[in-house]
Amino acid sequence: MNSAFFLVLRRMRAPIIVLIVIYAIAVIGLTLVPGVDAEGKVAAPLSFFHAFYFVSYTATTIGFGEIPNAFSDAQRLWVTICIYLTVVGWSYSVVTLIALLQDKGFQNTLTTNRFVRRIHHLKEPFYLVCGCGETGNLICRTFDRTNQAFVVIEKDELRVQELDLQDFKTDTPALAADARQPDNLLLGGLKHAKCRGVLAATNDEESNLAIAIAVRLLNPNIPVIARVRSAPLAANMASFGTNHIINPYERFAEHLAMAVAAPERFRLTELLTSLPETPMPAPHRPPKGHWILCGYGRFGHAIASRLAATGIRLTIIDPKAADADHRIPGDGTEAHTLLQAGISNAAGIIAGTDNDVNNLSIAVTAHQLNPALFVVARQNHSANSALFDAYGADFTMVHSQIVAQECIAILTAPLLARFLEQLHDQDEIWSHGLVERLQLLGDGLTPAVWDIKLNISEAPAAYKALMHDRHFKLGDILRDGTDRSLPLPAVTLLVERAEQIFLLPDDNFSLAAGDQLLLASSLAAQRNFEFTVRNAIELDYVLTGQEGSGSWLWQKLSGAGR
Amino acid sequence: MNLEKVIFGFFIVLAATLNFGFFLGDIERPELHNVYELAAALIVSLIATALKFGDRTQIGAIHLSTSLVADLQLIAAAITWGAAVHITGVGMTPHVTSSVVSLSGGALFANVVSVIILIIETVMMRR
Repeated sequence: MNSAFFLVLRRMRAPIIVLIVIYAIAVIGLTLVPGVDAEGKVAAPLSFFHAFYFVSYTATTIGFGEIPNAFSDAQRLWVTICIYLTVVGWSYSVVTLIALLQDKGFQNTLTTNRFVRRIHHLKEPFYLVCGCGETGNLICRTFDRTNQAFVVIEKDELRVQELDLQDFKTDTPALAADARQPDNLLLGGLKHAKCRGVLAATNDEESNLAIAIAVRLLNPNIPVIARVRSAPLAANMASFGTNHIINPYERFAEHLAMAVAAPERFRLTELLTSLPETPMPAPHRPPKGHWILCGYGRFGHAIASRLAATGIRLTIIDPKAADADHRIPGDGTEAHTLLQAGISNAAGIIAGTDNDVNNLSIAVTAHQLNPALFVVARQNHSANSALFDAYGADFTMVHSQIVAQECIAILTAPLLARFLEQLHDQDEIWSHGLVERLQLLGDGLTPAVWDIKLNISEAPAAYKALMHDRHFKLGDILRDGTDRSLPLPAVTLLVERAEQIFLLPDDNFSLAAGDQLLLASSLAAQRNFEFTVRNAIELDYVLTGQEGSGSWLWQKLSGAGR
Repeated sequence: MNLEKVIFGFFIVLAATLNFGFFLGDIERPELHNVYELAAALIVSLIATALKFGDRTQIGAIHLSTSLVADLQLIAAAITWGAAVHITGVGMTPHVTSSVVSLSGGALFANVVSVIILIIETVMMRR
């Protein structure tokens, strides 16, 4: 039995005993007080049966009157006392019960019980998302759009309630609890057979560290992805084997440096790692030359160290940082500071302070002084999106988005990391060609990148066909399942066979059982393809054009007729 | 000394003794079995049940179940009595009386088990 039931019983003990005692007094009293008969002579008192019947309807204020005969005055006196006694007894019970139902602790017990029950009944693979702030929310919405089940643990009760109000397709189990407590992680299904991974995406990096180590110790088999801001904590996490550590500052600095050094490769990376089916980002072409960096905290340091390698000359403005250029007074929000830093012949500026208003002020001022400037703006809070959208910097860094993108990319397509590694050996023309193909996939929307393994659980039909020596080529199976004359709009990025890797295989590539494919396409095309490789009849149609029948009898008949 | 334990033990033993008092006497003779004694046994048994609510231990669960059995048997005895007098109108014949008393005898057995558990619990206690 669950704990809520015991809690109710325990709290209701006193009212129930009071009620029993009051009923006992009232009933026994009624069986002792003499009654009166129709002629006014003294008659026997009520029997236990009648007394209990009378007290039952009087105590609950139903009041049928004096049954079975009119009462004597002595009985009426006793009944008057009983009425007050029993009403008090019932009120006490009801008030206690209502107070119990409104009790915070009791409600917590109820919600926790419900949450645990729902986790227990989860049948599809799910991810445990710890922390549902800006980043967590973005991840949750993407999961919801891609039909991926997830469970949320968030410390702030208000955010959990807001989660209910959001327009999710599925009803997500969410618990308002501190994810730093291992017990809460266990409640959230950390040891559940279907738990595929944990995302530590809270705002507090110490919490993320605690979550990462708890997952490592309690369930070492599942991956944990953690978000950090500072290098020492990242090193700490790496020391005990956190699978993926995402530092948004480092990641953005990497991207910016890549955009300067190899713009086409960066464009390709951006398309592949952006959230699926979001508007296509505008291409970024940051120029080389002299740049100004405003704000030299952790973000500024990450940017400076990465950009130095690309040959960009940086002037760093930050009155608070010890190692910035102190010959220039001010923080960059004023025109004279920027002029002194050499804005008139600079190629770009990075507004990278931790204050959104200052960043916008820097960007607007710089743009007025030098309209040709390439402006990189750092957006700290997604609440300010409207302002940053209205301004329209050349490149905006939103760290919640960077973390969310990377989480989704790692989780939905583990092969993507291997593909991105391969990019370093490819030249810009190759990248440009692939970008052109990817841009054609969805009208103005970014493609979803996903992988599928041709094995018995993910693609049973294709696996069985391949095992029965029915070989087919990539171009044969990448057809539209509704009309096989149309090719499926998808790009095969990579095929992994054992330890071998085939980059961008063409349509004549022969597939083998156990191959793992990395594809980019729209979500609809993904569903189309998954249906084809799972369903033998669909697969037959796509490969041969014959509409087979699933029924055993029909298969026998057509086999005999042939 | 713990007042809660005193009250708990008091009600359990009282439920058993009242039940025994009602059960005592020739099983067929209604004049030897007082209706007030049955009422008292039932009320005390109900109170004892309520006192056992909310204990999550194994022994607490057995305690609660024995009390529920006793309640059930005593309520059945009371209904049999009431039905014989008011509904069917046969009155307290030897047959009816013996059913009522034997039902209370079943309750007595449950109450005795309850008392035995109470004794075992006390013996096992280390403080």
